[in-house]
Amino acid sequence: MQTLIDELGRLPGIGPKSAQRIAYYLLKSPAEDANRLAGSITEAKARVTWCQRCFSIAEGELCAYCQDDRRDSTSLCVVEEPRDIVAIERTHEFNGRYHVLQGAISPIEGIGPEQLRVKELLRRVESEEVKEVILATNPNIEGEATAMYLGRLLTPLGIKVTRLASGLPVGGDLEYADEVTLGRAFEGRREVEA
Amino acid sequence: MALYRDHGVVLRTSKLGETDRIITFLTRENGKVRAVAKGVRRPGSKFGARLEPTSNVALQLYRGRNLDIVTQAETLDTNRSLREDYALLTHAISMLEAVDQVAQERESDPVMYRMLEGALRTLSSEKSLIISVAFLWKLLSHEGFHPVLTSCARCELEFGDAVEPTTFDFGEGGALCSSCAAGGGRRISADAIVVISALVDARVRAVIDQPPSTEVLLEVEHLGVGALEHHSERRLRSAALY
Ligand SMILES: [Zn+2]
Ligand SMILES: [Zn+2]
Repeated sequence: MQTLIDELGRLPGIGPKSAQRIAYYLLKSPAEDANRLAGSITEAKARVTWCQRCFSIAEGELCAYCQDDRRDSTSLCVVEEPRDIVAIERTHEFNGRYHVLQGAISPIEGIGPEQLRVKELLRRVESEEVKEVILATNPNIEGEATAMYLGRLLTPLGIKVTRLASGLPVGGDLEYADEVTLGRAFEGRREVEA
Repeated sequence: MALYRDHGVVLRTSKLGETDRIITFLTRENGKVRAVAKGVRRPGSKFGARLEPTSNVALQLYRGRNLDIVTQAETLDTNRSLREDYALLTHAISMLEAVDQVAQERESDPVMYRMLEGALRTLSSEKSLIISVAFLWKLLSHEGFHPVLTSCARCELEFGDAVEPTTFDFGEGGALCSSCAAGGGRRISADAIVVISALVDARVRAVIDQPPSTEVLLEVEHLGVGALEHHSERRLRSAALY
């Protein structure tokens, strides 16, 4: 029992009290329910990997967005996490491709560009037909540090580099922004100065 | 008195649950304080951008057993321009990280608060990295580390034409002459000694007006980071990102 509580407590957003509550709930529920949950975790872990191109979640080599030929390959939207893609898709403002950094620069945590998918981003910009890179990192200090770093790196390559408009509530997470606000931030994106 | 008011600089934040954050402040009256800001990651949160690192805020907090709770936050200074330049931002974050390492929880240190708040404001207006380098050395002084710079920290011979400073030894707490330097330590130039002396002597303005070469400033910065890491026995992680 304690092992289960400890394991649950290690999940993001779950404190010791919630871990205990979930553990009791699972023990009280029928065996097949608990087995189905355990099975789906194992299966997801086995089948889902990172897209080889954009580093979002994929069930094969490429994710659904990278496989979709109708999407515009000349515009590339850079986000921190796969869940940010979901938020952007809800706005219907963007029909290009994505690149997931899998995090943000966080000096205080010692997370620098080399721990993110930055090299891969550069390689894509150089080898694909990218004309515009949209920096859609979170409007907080880590996201801003990341956008500044990428701006400095990308503008000399002669492509258009833009950042979401400042209309987004600063301090908040992109994934919680409503689609209207986020859509407006997309439309009003501004070019990053070199 | 469960509710209390104070001023504080946001040192760092970490995610808690779905939409909360734990905010670490250096406060004026209560030392380092860790407090939960509920719902701060939701757009439209009453806290907005006020609880981001480098911000200086007037706070109302609810005293908890382990973590406090932020009930109100009004901006005193956002130090916004620090967020518009990558080098300024990483250096500002190093200052915050250094303070986070040496400040004690719930132990009042108004001098440290004033030093940090003032240094962030000046870094933001002057946009000179000398400010952040000076801050590291002044923080070390405040912590009781006064580097020995005019004579050898081991044999105590005065530096002059015959005796030259060669290395800086964190364990000995200062510069060593060439015969004592055999044991190691980091190389230090005569120019760096001049700059460090000026910084710990509160002559920062003079250093800004007559700035050292980039090379010397980097040397002074590396030595400051090294001395701080030696003092706190922890790595200054953000320094790796300069
Ligand atoms: Zn993909
Ligand atoms: Zn000596």
